[in-house]
Amino acid sequence: MITISEIKKRIADGSSSARAEIEVALKRAEEASEFHPILAVTRERALKRADEIDTALKAGEDVGPLAGVPFIAKDNMLAFGAPTTAAAKILENFDAPFQAEAIERLEAAGAILIAKANLDAFAHGGSTENSAYGPSKNPHDPERVPGGSSGGSAASVALDIAPFALGTDTGGSIRQPASFCGVVGMKPTFGTVSRYGVVAMASSTDVIGPFAHTAEDAALVLDVMSGRDAKDSTTLPDFFTPEKTEKPLRIGVVKEWMGEGVDADVKARVNETIETLRSLGHTIEEVSVPHVKHALAVYYVVVPAEIASNLARYDGIRYGLRAEADKLENVFTRTREQGFMPENKRRIMIGNYVLSSGYYDAYYRKACQVRTLICQDFERAFGDFDVLVGPVAPTTAFRLGENTDDPLKMYLSDLMTVSANLAGLPSVSVPAGKSNGLPVGLQIIGDCQADGAILPLAQQLQENNS
Amino acid sequence: MSSSITNDDVKKLAKLSALHVDDSEVAHLQQELNHILEYVEQLEQVDTEDVEPTYQVIGGMTTVTRSDEVIDYGVSRDEMLKNAPKQRDGQIEVPRVIE
Repeated sequence: MITISEIKKRIADGSSSARAEIEVALKRAEEASEFHPILAVTRERALKRADEIDTALKAGEDVGPLAGVPFIAKDNMLAFGAPTTAAAKILENFDAPFQAEAIERLEAAGAILIAKANLDAFAHGGSTENSAYGPSKNPHDPERVPGGSSGGSAASVALDIAPFALGTDTGGSIRQPASFCGVVGMKPTFGTVSRYGVVAMASSTDVIGPFAHTAEDAALVLDVMSGRDAKDSTTLPDFFTPEKTEKPLRIGVVKEWMGEGVDADVKARVNETIETLRSLGHTIEEVSVPHVKHALAVYYVVVPAEIASNLARYDGIRYGLRAEADKLENVFTRTREQGFMPENKRRIMIGNYVLSSGYYDAYYRKACQVRTLICQDFERAFGDFDVLVGPVAPTTAFRLGENTDDPLKMYLSDLMTVSANLAGLPSVSVPAGKSNGLPVGLQIIGDCQADGAILPLAQQLQENNS
Repeated sequence: MSSSITNDDVKKLAKLSALHVDDSEVAHLQQELNHILEYVEQLEQVDTEDVEPTYQVIGGMTTVTRSDEVIDYGVSRDEMLKNAPKQRDGQIEVPRVIE
């Protein structure tokens, strides 16, 4: 297991260099190809940056807190050095004219992007099986999925290609694959990290966050990326400061997530991990957050509605694939038919249905009202508790092909992650043991902008969970 | 709610979505979309009288404004145009619009 601090130490004491670290990471990316976590490497640019950083370090310059540390970004983030495809054919050769602000900030801190990770096309899915370029495989069992949609990023960290990777989380797309691959995955408070240069999915819930082996590393990466960006009006002023867990916390176990529909062995691992938290002096109590049982239904109205709007821009005119056709209208419809995956099309159609005249009030407005009730439930719960915990996903990693025939069954793996997105809350997935050789994750949810509290708690748990 | 999507609705939705859907796909899509809608119809059971809808969750944030100035994003027109499927004279070439 490679951590950021180890790499920094090696580079600082001269036993390694940025170039050596990047060469090793690129080699590991190649060796991991049977798991298909990577869509493209940025070799040339990465090696050039490594040499520049080595020269600067030799000259005694301060290159930043991540000098020479390799990382991988989900391929829905615009970056130089390789195409940005969002794992969809419609963007197959898209050559980014600028980089995502998150990547810019990491590069300014000395980190080096080495590859773009696989995902479900446009981040629609929970397994990477919706990628137009073939699925990724779970590092713990290649017959199983790594989760999704940021499955390639999670698998990359689990396979030790790089110490950290970036993902996006709209309804669980960082936490669920982190849980399936046995790494830490952090979904920050809505608005923590600029989304400039990231392919939009659902603008009211999309966030960017890190994968790492330790919560400490995830915090370091988040610290570099977070803060207000004039290019993204939804960003919050920088609030993120990790504060070591020193006093006992009041921890609420969400009752609705410990009942039916959740695998017994997953619950057992989660309960054991909660006992570890108790043994560390935290108080544990059950709490009811009643409306979360409707969160998935709210999610699959609100998010498709936003997807339908955000994906309207893919028309074959300004960039991406353009299908040849006799009439302009057919250029649109044929381009979108050829360029989107079936799941993209389903979500666009559901979204346009719930937004259409006659159905808007019954579906979209209703879902937004229930969203209010979910937010209010959390507000109440955070009146009594510092953090809330539960499982990340109802099961461990499922088999490739197991859920592909039934979209709804695939959606159910988001059952317990979507609530944090709907309410904009920070939530981290931290390894919580294994079930039949497959990782289980514990979800820790904090109040709005309590990112600096949940990551240190996750770190404390990692240091004490055997 | 409780209104299920018909084959004609699928065709209408495809048109609204600017998606070409082959006739052979309609029945399958109709089934899949209805299956998803049946699940979300559980929202009917929730009492939402007098509940304001939530459209965004940025704490206390309303409309964000900035001063009306030209910002240099550091990206040239050529760079922005390089991904256009067809271009001519620094402009995007599109199929004929007016017949």
